Amino acid sequence: MTAVLELRDVRKSFGPIEILHGIDFALHAGEVHALIGENGAGKSTVMKILGGYLEPTSGGVLLDGKPAQYHSGAAAEAQGVVVIHQEFNLAPDLTVADNIWLGREMGGLFLDHKAMRAGAQALLDQLDCPVSPDARIRDLAVSDRQMVEIAKALGRKARVLIMDEPSAVLTHREVEVLFRMIDKLRAAGVALLYTSHRLEEISHLADRITVLRDGAVVRQAQRGELTEDGMATAMVGRDLNDIFPPRRADFGPVVLEVEDFAVPPLVQGVSLSLRRGEVLGISGLVGAGRTELAEGLVGLRPHHGQIRRNGVPVSIRNLSDAAHHRIAYLTEDRKERGLLLAKTLRENLTLSTLSRFGGALISRPAEEAALTQAISDFDIRAPSRDMAVGNLSGGNQQKLLLAKTMLPEPEIVIIDEPTRGIDIGTKSQIYHFIDRLAREGLSVIVISSDMPEILGLSDRVLVMRQGRVAGVLDGAAISETAVVRLVMGTTETVADEKAPAHA
Amino acid sequence: MPKLSLSTTGPLAALVLLIVLGAFLNDNFLSAGNITNVLARSAFIGMIAVGMTFVITSGGLDLSVGSMAAFIAGMMIMAMNAMLPTLGIGIPLVLAGMAVALLVGLLAGLGNGLLITRAGIEPFIVTLGTMGIFRSLVTWIADGGTLSLDFEARQFYRPVYYGGIFGIAWPIIVFAVVAVAGEIAMRHTRFGRYCEAIGSNDKVARYSAVKVERMQLWTYVALGLLVGLATILYVPRLGSASGSTGLLWELEAIAAVIIGGTALKGGYGRVWGTVVGVLILSLIDNILNLADLVSPYLNGAIQGVIIVLAVVLQRGKSSAEGR
Repeated sequence: MTAVLELRDVRKSFGPIEILHGIDFALHAGEVHALIGENGAGKSTVMKILGGYLEPTSGGVLLDGKPAQYHSGAAAEAQGVVVIHQEFNLAPDLTVADNIWLGREMGGLFLDHKAMRAGAQALLDQLDCPVSPDARIRDLAVSDRQMVEIAKALGRKARVLIMDEPSAVLTHREVEVLFRMIDKLRAAGVALLYTSHRLEEISHLADRITVLRDGAVVRQAQRGELTEDGMATAMVGRDLNDIFPPRRADFGPVVLEVEDFAVPPLVQGVSLSLRRGEVLGISGLVGAGRTELAEGLVGLRPHHGQIRRNGVPVSIRNLSDAAHHRIAYLTEDRKERGLLLAKTLRENLTLSTLSRFGGALISRPAEEAALTQAISDFDIRAPSRDMAVGNLSGGNQQKLLLAKTMLPEPEIVIIDEPTRGIDIGTKSQIYHFIDRLAREGLSVIVISSDMPEILGLSDRVLVMRQGRVAGVLDGAAISETAVVRLVMGTTETVADEKAPAHA
Repeated sequence: MPKLSLSTTGPLAALVLLIVLGAFLNDNFLSAGNITNVLARSAFIGMIAVGMTFVITSGGLDLSVGSMAAFIAGMMIMAMNAMLPTLGIGIPLVLAGMAVALLVGLLAGLGNGLLITRAGIEPFIVTLGTMGIFRSLVTWIADGGTLSLDFEARQFYRPVYYGGIFGIAWPIIVFAVVAVAGEIAMRHTRFGRYCEAIGSNDKVARYSAVKVERMQLWTYVALGLLVGLATILYVPRLGSASGSTGLLWELEAIAAVIIGGTALKGGYGRVWGTVVGVLILSLIDNILNLADLVSPYLNGAIQGVIIVLAVVLQRGKSSAEGR
């Protein structure tokens, strides 16, 4: 069987540095081929070369056994090789239908809106996606945008579909829809490339697995030949027995109590408590109000209800109030809310605590010292201290953001999606940082959509559903089934439960 | 910053080139008289441009500064004329006039800033509106003509433009002080750092406990004050104000900021660059007037080419850095 799309001994250099060292890789019709590796292993570069966005320095790209004739992403799409990027390629102000047909509009001199709308609807129906073709991308949740991207690829009659971490932004239920879609595409003879940091997805989906490490293929395997442990070991190049730190046992007094807390319009009637030295996991679907709750607690959103800090009622109207009560928040949106991508490490690190550095004039030496400390405390690996943060890997960005959040020495830290889009080695490091913080006597709230993370890190798990607390699990009661039950709401039936007005 | 990038060295190189060209074309170019003339004329736009650097760096824009200068000049002249009978000619009258100018500038900046940060209207729209309002008001007050400062008062006030210490004119001294203070504020104070952060990404700034609206408001207030300061030094030059005072100053100030390497979309401010930008614009004007190589009527065209070129060079730089 000839491969639909193949790389033969592909090498790629940026300047003097070779980052792909002779990659052989093939996509076959009707097969899901998973490409896995840590951040920086070269996955993105491989995908960009396959999709026509980059040209190899040497070696060949073969389409149907012949050298590929495309030199741009658009030319590749015209030949049925479609890439779904992690950062979506959608025009936020156009409608769903406009986006799906962008560049291939129907009609002659005038657009045939009706046909495009109907076509878009048909594609969305295939995906079981409830989004209206007339909705604007701007108004859609990230997960819906992902579905629109897939619909757009379907509309382009893709023969090869390259998906860069499609599940990273999806919820459990949406991932299931995505998997059904992938099964359909596979049955229809499409060659699929799938990447994900979630190894259980890989073992579920992939017919073939290629593991990259440091720009070279270190392992290729057929379905069933490689366990998840085996994948992780191959990716990291060492054993990862202790991804998660051991559980803590010593908790102090309650440091934070929240009662009947509401963040309109979604979050209502939330009560929770947090002890010293404890990690409280918050689980739930995307849109369940977890981030809204966290942002309400630190004063980023208007809220009402009672917050007691060490038993004393406090009012938190803005981030400065939160900082005053020693509560810090690490946002889930590292690139848009967490870090200034065009600025240096130093400027990012000190931004929220600048008044501690110098008097009227900022003390540069004090800032540099803080950066040196942060680099060693959080093992931030930057080629240069003066580089723009946007050029760091996701893992190092996250470590820097963690350092920034910890700089004011909070006693309570709320970490929203601590490891989204981060390789397994760095993930484990961040888990150990969180554990270290808890053991040093901090209280940590971890919000995560990653089930193993919630299960592996939390001393207690609070599950949210549709803006309310669905339940709290403690110690031995924490299990995947118990959490999923609460997330999905299958343990109790609430008669007047309605879908939230907006997702 | 140890590394010198094209956007830092580019404007400076252009400035040096212009000076060499000027010296080559006309012997008078490097005379003390001409240098003083160029620098003093640059001072008004220069002070405004330094303020504009902060506004643009924090992601804003102010189109109203030229009209604001005319309005402040009008108010200042009217106030001085009105106070003349009580205060008489002397330092108190001049100081009172200066206070009025600074107060009007502050209020005008505050008005712009509040509309932008409190009412949440785009800076372009707000200042486009106030630009029309200020200019129209001064034309209306002058009844389409000119508001003139009392002749005696003008004589007394003249040295503020024409005088100086150690042979350096006051406008040049004040401009230098403003530029140095601006550079320090941009590079070494929290205000400057916050401006850059807000212009880079206001959401990140907000999530980092930066008081985004308050900082933006301050940039407009500071700019208003600097327009007031520039007007204080400008009024003694002509002693009058009309509907055409300060015409197109806003564009010259914005152009100077952009030529200097500050990004129009914000996030990256360069006060030294702005100073160089102002000097480049004035030198082009001066050289065309001194040398009869090219018609001075082409001044605008040459300045336009320089502005576009500056932005093209900046773009080359950002794509070279890669994203």
